[in-house]
Amino acid sequence: MISVLSELSYWQVTSIRVGAGLVAVLLVAGTLVYAHLFKMVSFMQSRLGPMEAGPYGSLQLLAEIGKFLQKEDIVPRRADRFVFKAAPFVVLTSTFLLLVVLPGGPDAWFISNDLGIYLAMAVSSVSVIGILMAGWGSASKYSLLGGLRATGQLIAYELPLLLAVVGVVIQAETMNLQEIVLAQANGEIFGWGAIGNPFIITQFAGFIIFMIAMQAELTQTPFDMPVAESELVTGYMTEYSGLRFLLFFIGEFATAGVFSAIAAVLFLGGWYVPGLDPADNLLNLLGPLVLFGKVVLLTFLVFWVRFTFPRFREDQLQRLAWKFLVPLALANIVVTGVLKVVV
Amino acid sequence: MTVTERQQLSYIAAQAADARVNLEIETEGMTLNIGPQHPATHGTLRIVAKLDGEQVVAAEPVMGYMHRGYEKLAEVRTYPQVTTLINRIDWLGSFANEVPFILAAERLMEVEAPPRAQWIRTILFELSRIANITLFLGDMAVQVGAITPVFFAFRDREHVLNQIEAATGGRFHPNFDRIGGLKDDLPAGWIAETRQAMRKIRNFCDEIEELVEGNEIFQARTRGIGVIPPDVGLSYGLTGANIRASGVDWDVRRDSPCGLVHNQVDWKVWTHPDGDSFARFWVRMQETREATKIVDQLLDGIPSGPIMAKVPVIIKVPAGEAYVETENPLGVMGYYVVSKGDLFPFRVKIRSASFSNVSITPWLLRGVYVPDIITILGSLYFILGDIDR
Repeated sequence: MISVLSELSYWQVTSIRVGAGLVAVLLVAGTLVYAHLFKMVSFMQSRLGPMEAGPYGSLQLLAEIGKFLQKEDIVPRRADRFVFKAAPFVVLTSTFLLLVVLPGGPDAWFISNDLGIYLAMAVSSVSVIGILMAGWGSASKYSLLGGLRATGQLIAYELPLLLAVVGVVIQAETMNLQEIVLAQANGEIFGWGAIGNPFIITQFAGFIIFMIAMQAELTQTPFDMPVAESELVTGYMTEYSGLRFLLFFIGEFATAGVFSAIAAVLFLGGWYVPGLDPADNLLNLLGPLVLFGKVVLLTFLVFWVRFTFPRFREDQLQRLAWKFLVPLALANIVVTGVLKVVV
Repeated sequence: MTVTERQQLSYIAAQAADARVNLEIETEGMTLNIGPQHPATHGTLRIVAKLDGEQVVAAEPVMGYMHRGYEKLAEVRTYPQVTTLINRIDWLGSFANEVPFILAAERLMEVEAPPRAQWIRTILFELSRIANITLFLGDMAVQVGAITPVFFAFRDREHVLNQIEAATGGRFHPNFDRIGGLKDDLPAGWIAETRQAMRKIRNFCDEIEELVEGNEIFQARTRGIGVIPPDVGLSYGLTGANIRASGVDWDVRRDSPCGLVHNQVDWKVWTHPDGDSFARFWVRMQETREATKIVDQLLDGIPSGPIMAKVPVIIKVPAGEAYVETENPLGVMGYYVVSKGDLFPFRVKIRSASFSNVSITPWLLRGVYVPDIITILGSLYFILGDIDR
């Protein structure tokens, strides 16, 4: 694959990568919306979900996009126009930037950066700015409350998210996501290396913390205080309509997919298929599919929780982050560090 | 009626928030308009909340966005026509609205419905209670943020609505009660089907108990939130499950029955000592179960006989005044009917439960956080038609 790419000129390689990035975000987000939001949730709630557009309603999302595109793009009179209009793009940019460091196969990556996970965690915080912009720029009290709640929550849960990753980084001895996958592929559990060493086994506490913090970062129930549709009328998104609302919507689900992909890479072995040589060229093809399968599995957990639990109140949510998750994550780091040195 | 320590603390907190002065930083309060168009207001209730950050300093309900003037309209309708209007007061438990009015008219006319009509009336009365409160059980979860239970509520309420439809012909607005009896007898096979529906409702209650009531987050969101001490609740005129959740053992069905046959069967009035949002949810849950038991027992013992007493075709109600109240799904509902011997009532005053239940919100919402406004309003359980008539 590398040999094919190296014969192309720079702009061709770039457009292939941009195209692959768009596909990787939008296709995954679309599939997740269909499989989880439309169908799984419908079955949970004893209804069928969309059935008319396409076989089993599979084209429903296209119909929805068509609907949103036709809607008027309303900007409230007192809104800060530029900030209001830019906010969804800032949120979406953060999602796409997250994808940059994500490996899909031995050679199928966008950037193999030695600070990979560090970069991912850093750009994931950019979405906070977008949400705060949306909340402040809308000139609506509901949006303002939602934006401020979102900011407080995302900052609080950034910390356990990061600390959960530190355990993995200690164990893999690298921050490069590609090498984290290889560390899991080449690792062994007490001398038994048939399935490698997915870090979910040794870093189980880290995995749980990561999933909880991820749920909060995505502002999904039970941490959906910022959007809280029954009280704040979807919070910072209240004033958005049409395409911009759709962008927030895509951002929400695409971020769920990308965060799940990061979790899959960190804890579930990423693109690696047990039994194959990690350098096998076949994995460039299989890898993205395997990763996608794991993403679907993890997002299933996310949406399962989302449509089962009630939501926390703001203070209860902060208490969970600071009094439970952060100490647990710190303890996890200490244990991992000690074991790393001793064993 | 002892005030628990928790209730006292909540009262003190509310008082403190009222007199709150922020000395450290000069901050500016914000007035948040919740409603009239808002998903949590079940229609068009408006709450004007003065906030300090996320904390409510003062809140005031504004009513009247859905006022339809039923009391005035009733004055230009004949007595049988009035039931069409009052069906639409509490639209989730419509049949229960008709009963007190009909009973008041019957008292003025000095007729009594035959036993069979009274029993069927009571069964339908309890069925409309179940249809109403099952929706509350799901809706309360939505207020707290869980979307799924409300679909189960809609699914299982359907069984009850089907039974109401089978008996009366109307799912939402039966208009079935007549002065002196009922419009029709029960259709064939109805009793067995209703038993089955009651079993499904009991299963639904178990399901909600596991899904919502046992959930830690739900308990954290509702326990100790919106505590109403019994004396405060009584002085605001709270009725129904709201006051029983504060530990007041008072149920019109048991204490002053008139025209309905609740005293013929064996059932229990549930109370809860806490008076918080969770207690209101819990009491309503038990009440739904209890209602299914009442229906089951009544179905066993329906007497045979006519369903209409001897009533003239053109109903003229003799001059006089009558007030009848019953324990409706939302609380005590009463009709004060004044007649001057005409075809039309001279004056109808409707005492609806939700109006009084919502009037406590300024007292109750002081000092709580914005998310709790929604859970407290949800747990008080009002229906806009019942507030604004």
